[in-house]
Amino acid sequence: MSADFLYTIEVILNGLMAGVMYSLVALGFVLIFKASGIFNYAQGVMALFAALTLVGIQTGQIPFSHLINAIFGTNIHHFGWQVPTVLAIALTVGVMVVFAIIVERYILHHLVNQEPIILFMATIGLAYFMEGFGDIMWGSDIKTLDVGLPSGGSRWLEDYTLGWAAEGEQYYGMYLDKLDMVASLVAIVLVVSLTIFSQYTTTGRALRAVADDHQAALSVGISLRTIWVIVWSIAGFVALVAGIMWGAKSGVQFSLSLIALKALPVLMLGGFTSIPGAIVGGLIIGVGEKLFEYAIGPMIGGATENWFAYVLALMFLVFRPQGLFGEKIIERV
Amino acid sequence: MFYRESGDFKKTYQKDSQTFPIKFDRMRYYFVLAVAFLVIPMFLTDYMANAVMIPFLVWAIAALGLNILVGYTGQLSLGTGGFMAVGAYATYKLMTAFPGMDMVSIILLSGLITAAVGALFGLPSLRIKGFYLAVATLASQFFLVWLLNKVPWFYNYSASGQISAPQREMFGVIITGPHATPVAAYIFCLVFAVGLAWLARNLTRGRLGRSWMAIRDMDIAAEIIGVNPLMAKLSAFAVSSFFIGIAGSLFFSVYLGAAEVTEAFGITVSFAVLFMVIIGGLGSIFGSFVGAAFMVLMPVLLKNVLVGGMGWPTDLAAHFEYIIVGGLIIIFLIVEPHGLAQMARVLKEKLRLWPFPH
Amino acid sequence: MNEPLQKMEAASKLLELKNIDLSFGGVKAISNISFDVLEGEVRAIIGPNGAGKSSMLNVINGFYHPQQGEIWFDGKQRHSMKPYQIAYQGIARTFQNIALFKGMSVLDNIMTGRFTHMHKNVLWQALWKGPAEKEEIENREFVEHIIDFLEIQAIRKTPVGRLPYGLQKRVELGRALAAQPKMLLLDEPMAGMNVEEKEDMCRFILDVNDTFGTTIVLIEHDMGVVMDIADRVVVLDYGRKIGDGTPDVVRNDQTVIDAYLGVSH
Repeated sequence: MSADFLYTIEVILNGLMAGVMYSLVALGFVLIFKASGIFNYAQGVMALFAALTLVGIQTGQIPFSHLINAIFGTNIHHFGWQVPTVLAIALTVGVMVVFAIIVERYILHHLVNQEPIILFMATIGLAYFMEGFGDIMWGSDIKTLDVGLPSGGSRWLEDYTLGWAAEGEQYYGMYLDKLDMVASLVAIVLVVSLTIFSQYTTTGRALRAVADDHQAALSVGISLRTIWVIVWSIAGFVALVAGIMWGAKSGVQFSLSLIALKALPVLMLGGFTSIPGAIVGGLIIGVGEKLFEYAIGPMIGGATENWFAYVLALMFLVFRPQGLFGEKIIERV
Repeated sequence: MFYRESGDFKKTYQKDSQTFPIKFDRMRYYFVLAVAFLVIPMFLTDYMANAVMIPFLVWAIAALGLNILVGYTGQLSLGTGGFMAVGAYATYKLMTAFPGMDMVSIILLSGLITAAVGALFGLPSLRIKGFYLAVATLASQFFLVWLLNKVPWFYNYSASGQISAPQREMFGVIITGPHATPVAAYIFCLVFAVGLAWLARNLTRGRLGRSWMAIRDMDIAAEIIGVNPLMAKLSAFAVSSFFIGIAGSLFFSVYLGAAEVTEAFGITVSFAVLFMVIIGGLGSIFGSFVGAAFMVLMPVLLKNVLVGGMGWPTDLAAHFEYIIVGGLIIIFLIVEPHGLAQMARVLKEKLRLWPFPH
Repeated sequence: MNEPLQKMEAASKLLELKNIDLSFGGVKAISNISFDVLEGEVRAIIGPNGAGKSSMLNVINGFYHPQQGEIWFDGKQRHSMKPYQIAYQGIARTFQNIALFKGMSVLDNIMTGRFTHMHKNVLWQALWKGPAEKEEIENREFVEHIIDFLEIQAIRKTPVGRLPYGLQKRVELGRALAAQPKMLLLDEPMAGMNVEEKEDMCRFILDVNDTFGTTIVLIEHDMGVVMDIADRVVVLDYGRKIGDGTPDVVRNDQTVIDAYLGVSH
């Protein structure tokens, strides 16, 4: 095989894995949108906050230390202990559940009958709020996330593919990041379990009922409030997983919240209401983006990954306004 | 008792459809204009002009533009930053290519150029609605910023990638460039703000405005009464972008003086203007001004109170700004989803009846 | 009794539908329906739920494009037109579930009905003072006539979202009338009204027909109303036409009775 061909394969594989990472974030959106009709712009910030909390708990940081120091003139930063990873993750999940409860009680509950744009605006407000809150609680410096995940390229794969190029061509082996591969696996496991949960458990069925018709769900005795807390908690958990994966990759910092923006084209493609759509959309965006940058990027100055995903999704939408898997919006006159 | 309408009956339809039917309101409006044009310039400090008044006017124009698109026509757009950038860069190219052209013409032309670009990027709105459209407008935001960054022609091949406004005068007074006085800049922006507000009022009260609102409220019914959805939506994008382009143009030439596209016109701008429109009130011209005032004043107030008053470090104050903006948005949406303008309207209603409760 | 016949002899066909077929996916909503509407008459379309009545109106309106068949309006055949173009031809309509612009007042809603009659371009509108304002005032006067006619003066500045259902229906009628249409399509104008409101609505409809000569096509379930005000009736069932003629003829048609009327009202 020619080196070029092998490079293209590498780009595609990396694209697929990048796509899976996008899907992780997109999943959280889909869950909340399905169950409450809300487009939760804060999903990205939730990932950031979850990652910050995890690192903070793990490293024994004192919450709000910056603020306390400013008010009281003290100079404290850490408790001095380290919390084992598994316990830290469990505690963070707990924090996200508390978050879900608070959001439901103080925001969702009061905005129940409002138009979608109002709800969307509220989630933007929530995103800003959580951004500032997370920074004040744990500090805004960049943190490294270490939960024991492997990192760096897979030497094994590089060595294995070293000889695959054709005679006389320089090829250094296929480079695929181990972390990306682990992330892909985790994402697939997550999607499968979420799908099983939604299809085969009672709660899952209740979630689907709520997603379909609030009134009807209420009339069969499903508590909307409980369901919303559950959904936001699951979305919080998904955000935590996304936060761990992305944070392990590039550190826990503000830009993590911007991955939410990357998830949007994924949702546009896959439709806002479909879990498999989030995956397929993510894969298409991931591969499309990387291939475009690889093939055409150099000709037009590069950095096309800033916008290509959106344009791709836009073109899809023009032909299929509800996305690949989304529910067709039928307007009855 | 002083805010009465009783006995004030309108005998012609013309009088009935005035902008300020109540005499008190009309007087107050003229008073505000007089203060803005005559009184403020006398007391305006450089700091107040640069930190508060000029950005307020510029953002008010942007908010006005976005309100036309989101508030009157119901098309959610997150591309405001990109369109402001188009206005700014158009101004830069015009200023450098035609050194003899006066600023007013340049700014109006920049607005028209942005209107054309806006109409083009508004085409997807014919097929895509709601959130999907919002995400589609993000495409225009990111693409435009990338384009203006990548193609050197836009910034005249300068090494830094920055654009700066050369010095220009209007009636002998320097308006742009490092030697411009804040008062001159303020008046210049004020004229545009008042003029554009007047334009917005006229467009929204007539046939075009009604077609926009019809599309917003029920686009199927709008077709029934003869509204061509294509023309209505594209005109909304075009007019909105005209305003936003002028805002970007003033932002660059008069306020900032120099700009780099990814910093000055990124997605945070799009969100900021959207907040102004929501907090101020969708579908309200007055609301656009109020929302802009809020978003401009709040960081200034916070900084003065927290950093100046309580001695907190600036980054902590910045984080608090996020918390407060976010929190206020949520509170507003819960308490009064129709924004400050609606609150003002309700207050007015109560005032009309005062001292009676209802 | 002779009135409808006299009307029919003198009038020409305003609307003619020939062999209309309409399907959605695999479902056939309308099968081979043909009928005409004479100028100046009141034509009722009746039939059980799901018979295809609203779909029929949507076809006349231009919302749905029939897979087969011809539509002739005002002597000209219609080839695939968008609904807004059809509005310019002179067809106005109301909806079963009220399609008013909730964000606007009653006055503004009815003013939107004048859309096809206002021509001053955007530049004049931007200026406002001068021709645009003059046009606006003229149209406002016309709309006020309609407001008088429908007796809704007191609520003209109220946002329509706050009005009770019966008044909203009246406002919707006003908006349709404002367009000065040649043909008015009314989709269940009496639905959800009490006896008094129904009588008011009947009176308005008949007044419109008498005073302005507007042709009216209405879908209605209340047989009493239909028998009273309609000149001719079309009966639909499962997407097919099973009756066509004056109310008396239709009422005594056995197929119609079996399908629909059953017990006399």
